[in-house]
Amino acid sequence: MEQFDFVILMLDAMLRVSVPLVLAAMAGLFSERSGIVDIGLEGKMLGAAFAAAAVGALTGSVWLGLLAGILASVALAMLHGYACITHNGNQVVSGVAINIMVAGLTVVLGIALFSRGGQTPQLPAEARFTALTWPGAEAVADVPILGALYSELLSGHNLLVYVAFLAVPATWWVVYRTRFGLRLRAVGESPEAVDTAGISVAGMRYRALILTGILCGVAGAYLSTAQSAFFVREMSAGKGFIALAALIFGKWRPVPVMLACLLFGFLEAASARLQGAFDVDNASGFVREVLTGLPFLIDVLPFILVVLLLAGFVGTAVAPKASGIPYVKER
Amino acid sequence: MSEGGASVSERPEAATAASGRAGLPPAIELRGINKSFGPVRANRDVSLVIQKGSIHGIVGENGAGKSTLMSILYGFYQADSGEVFVDGRKANIVSPDDAIAAGIGMVHQHFMLVDPFTVLENVVLGAEGGALLAEGKAKARSELQRLEHEYSLEVDIDAVVGDLSVGLRQRIEILKALYRGAETLILDEPTGVLTPQEADHLFRILASLKEQGKTIVLITHKLREIMAITDNVTVMRGGEVAANVATKDTDTEQLAELMVGRKVLLRVEKTPAQPTETVLTVTGLNVVDGAGVRRVKDVGFTVRAGEIVGIAGVAGNGQSELLEALAGIRQPASGHIRVRDQDISAEHAVDARGMRELGLGHVPEDRHRMGLVMPFAANESSILGYHYDPAYNGRIIMERQKIIDLCAAQMKAYDVRPDNPLLTSANFSGGNQQKIVVAREMERNPDLLLVGQPTRGVDIGAIEFIHRRLIEMRDAGKAVLLVSVELDEIMSLADRILVMFDGAIVGEVAQSEANEQVLGLMMAGVSPDAADEVA
Amino acid sequence: MAGAAANTGVPRWVAVGLLPVINLLAAFLVSGLVILAIGENPLRALAILLNGAFGYQEGIGFTLYFTTNFIFTGLAVAVAFHCGLFNIGGEGQATLGGLGVGLVLLYLDFLPFVLILPVAIAAAVVFGAAWSYLPGLLQAKRGSHVVITTIMFNFIASALMVYLLSQILIKPGQMSPESREVAQHTWMPFMHDIFPIARSPWNGSFIVALLACAFLWVFVWHTRWGYEIRTVGANASAAVYAGISPSRNIILAMVISGGLAGMLGVNEIMGVNHRLILNFSAGYGFVGIAVSLMGRNHPVGIVLASLLFGALFQGGADLAFEIPKITREMVVFIQGLVILFAGALEYLFWPFLVAVFGREADTALAAAE
Repeated sequence: MEQFDFVILMLDAMLRVSVPLVLAAMAGLFSERSGIVDIGLEGKMLGAAFAAAAVGALTGSVWLGLLAGILASVALAMLHGYACITHNGNQVVSGVAINIMVAGLTVVLGIALFSRGGQTPQLPAEARFTALTWPGAEAVADVPILGALYSELLSGHNLLVYVAFLAVPATWWVVYRTRFGLRLRAVGESPEAVDTAGISVAGMRYRALILTGILCGVAGAYLSTAQSAFFVREMSAGKGFIALAALIFGKWRPVPVMLACLLFGFLEAASARLQGAFDVDNASGFVREVLTGLPFLIDVLPFILVVLLLAGFVGTAVAPKASGIPYVKER
Repeated sequence: MSEGGASVSERPEAATAASGRAGLPPAIELRGINKSFGPVRANRDVSLVIQKGSIHGIVGENGAGKSTLMSILYGFYQADSGEVFVDGRKANIVSPDDAIAAGIGMVHQHFMLVDPFTVLENVVLGAEGGALLAEGKAKARSELQRLEHEYSLEVDIDAVVGDLSVGLRQRIEILKALYRGAETLILDEPTGVLTPQEADHLFRILASLKEQGKTIVLITHKLREIMAITDNVTVMRGGEVAANVATKDTDTEQLAELMVGRKVLLRVEKTPAQPTETVLTVTGLNVVDGAGVRRVKDVGFTVRAGEIVGIAGVAGNGQSELLEALAGIRQPASGHIRVRDQDISAEHAVDARGMRELGLGHVPEDRHRMGLVMPFAANESSILGYHYDPAYNGRIIMERQKIIDLCAAQMKAYDVRPDNPLLTSANFSGGNQQKIVVAREMERNPDLLLVGQPTRGVDIGAIEFIHRRLIEMRDAGKAVLLVSVELDEIMSLADRILVMFDGAIVGEVAQSEANEQVLGLMMAGVSPDAADEVA
Repeated sequence: MAGAAANTGVPRWVAVGLLPVINLLAAFLVSGLVILAIGENPLRALAILLNGAFGYQEGIGFTLYFTTNFIFTGLAVAVAFHCGLFNIGGEGQATLGGLGVGLVLLYLDFLPFVLILPVAIAAAVVFGAAWSYLPGLLQAKRGSHVVITTIMFNFIASALMVYLLSQILIKPGQMSPESREVAQHTWMPFMHDIFPIARSPWNGSFIVALLACAFLWVFVWHTRWGYEIRTVGANASAAVYAGISPSRNIILAMVISGGLAGMLGVNEIMGVNHRLILNFSAGYGFVGIAVSLMGRNHPVGIVLASLLFGALFQGGADLAFEIPKITREMVVFIQGLVILFAGALEYLFWPFLVAVFGREADTALAAAE
């Protein structure tokens, strides 16, 4: 029973850690499927986390906070679009610029608004996404296995957790079942085919970036108003890049990308668990080295896996063919 | 995404003036189309009439302005001036959307398909018929089955396009256009990438489309195709219409002449060649391109010291690939290249540097893509391929002044203007850029000089100069292989002429026996004996 | 892009000099507006910043210490750019370079300084180069995009350092993840030890950085190897025509790039910290992108741009002291703006400059054919 509880606990931790990854990865999916490389997921998330916490703290409304997070993230996505679509700028440089700008600006504005060294004040409960308890969760909590699964794993999360996991089928549906999705996939593979079919390439890419902005906005709001109750500098802590890694690992397809996020989330949860979990002092020599090194190895596993994938050692990852290349009509 | 953007207005006098035999207005009429790209005039005052229900050919050499004209008709570019009439009514086509609405479909030379998509998805892209795909796809499926049946355009609707052959992909492009209700179908060089069998199949499809009342515009440089299936033909040359004729009233020779034009003959003073030992021997050479198409087919020939061997042919018949294989840029699939007594087999191919070390010089066909590095200063471009030469390399440091002096000397000898070795390569005119390349390759005194399109985009003065130099190289006992699509150039320079068609050498003609008619027929794939009889 | 100036008839100095300056002014203008928005006076901030960076000896020393780091990472980005590659792995390569320096100083400290110095620099180069070799190799041989692989290598490097410093190299009996201090005789001399100037972290690494600039200048523009790298970067087909192997040069350019980034470790570990610590790369690798863009990938431009960012860093520190509301993060934000305007929106003002300075040059017309 204890082992079962441990598994439930791990899975629960995995879910919580995976939420921002799933949202950001779906965000990146829209951008990259349209042919725009987005290494600015990190910056958009961070910007949204700040905007959500700041507006939440100022207005006391969780919804206004979420809206602010989304607007901030969409604005950054449009800046990326303006540089990369309208001005054919380098997409990687633009992404780097956005990441660095946001890392600086969030702290500058945070200090200007709250004078707490870049942190926002603790958010009151009404400005946070709190856990939703599903009907009957408490009643069935003692039922073996199923009860625990229901009350611990399904129930008891905040709204954004459910949003994140609903975003996956929604993304799948949009990408594979709608006109927009068909054009989105086409514009990332063969913009000239889209152009000759009488569809605006720039228009499609801007629309994709708006969706990217919205999803990244939710991811950011989750960090500051759901997972924690305040914004703290650099709080995205590389999650945007892990999401990018998951996006590549899932080969730009919604369900595999989600699974990659869950895998990476699991690794993160496991690494946190493992640190100090072993009685290192009693082990000796090589075993000891392995045990102490394990959490770090698990930490970098997502990145190593992506490199191996890109190198073609574990399957192949073929990016949308037109990604990274500004669309200029050929003469 | 706008719908019905083509504004159409009545213009009755145009309709009657240009009406066809059946009394119908022409499917398409172009009047006085002009289009420039910067200083280049791609179309000059082009007017032509395309009858409804006919197959209309547009022929011309590369760069004659055919594709530009059709891109204007399809709304991909806007004409600087001129008018377009569709079904006798003036049409304002400013985007592909407008062209589609006006019933014009286009099959581009490079297919506009999304490789990972299925055939069905490719066909509905841009014509989905609603925000959700399911319904539109179901509708498209039945419509496609009808179209396939009607025009014998069989293709597996659910196959992924990337897995299909080129011929099948082309059918999808045709289906795409028909699905959008195209009445007029433009095909840009449709057989360039097809096998002869696929091409024959395509022609059968086009014939059946014509039977059903569709209008076909066929852009090509292959005269055989024009003669085989068109009703009327427009010949373009240098951006202008050289002639509009009914196909039955013309023949291949006349079209070849119209296409190439009677240019001022730049006859070069030269004595008969005195060839000595063999420098280059090519045997059984095959070259396959990145797409897996065999571009050079079992080619074999020799070039001797003291002669110029010309390779004639319509562009795109494997000459470029042959030249690149000989220069070590492209690895051959099989065969042997022998330079003097060094044998190089496809299995042990060497790179361009290795070929140069065997005494080979190479003036590439495209100086923008290969001959020069445009952002480099002229003196840096003037050592491209020879940058490792100890003549101006210390152990570590490159001796810049020596390179600049060398470039200055070459510029003087080849009359490059301005003669400034420090100027950026991109800032020279085409003729002067070409002289920089020619000087670089000739001044090394190669035993064998490969020359591709030496005078493309070059002014008359530079043409004469380059031609004279080539003769001097020959007289100095060098072996020269000249690839050119300019018949005049080949006829005035080459001592022996090989003609390439569809990747293979059709035959060889001595300079004394060469004339435009014979060469023109051989360029169309007719064997030399047969060509002789016709001529 | 390289040919942007060629076909418009705009004078070279406008493209090379004026455009970056205008882009920089645009970035500063936006920064000024943000300072205004948070209720401070941008002009006063500018004055404090300039004074902090150049107004007194210690300030100048700090400015030049930061400049040293930017020169290394800027050169690293530039050499990859010349080969048409985008190395955003400067952070990871610098981290590894520092590790190399640290290991030499920790374990070879029986050597005299005259031997330590070259060995430590070599270790920085080799470790940094090793960290960029794999991304370079994968790009050249397998087409794995170097941007993504170098990002991944940044994270791997950072985790590796955390592991080494918290488990292996940690000073016994201590909680914070850092190594013991290295022997004093292995330190890079401070400039204030040599010259009679105020104390600052400015050290001999600055001279190493200037030598690296000279090396890069010679290598890229005055050797056949640099020629090959530039040819591959400018026109890969022309390279193949010339018998130059693109894949070999991609690997070479990445290795040199990583080696240059690795030398940041000399300044940070041997010059200032004198022990291995975490996160000493502190974003210098990313800012190297801005430095290289601003400096037009040329050593002289890179030194000037490094000086600019060094002054921003140091002046920004003083600014944070004088005006508590404007923290160091303001400088981070300005860096981001500079990357945006000088990099991604590089040609935002170009049409305007073409309108003012362009001419219908005959050569340009003819060249365009």
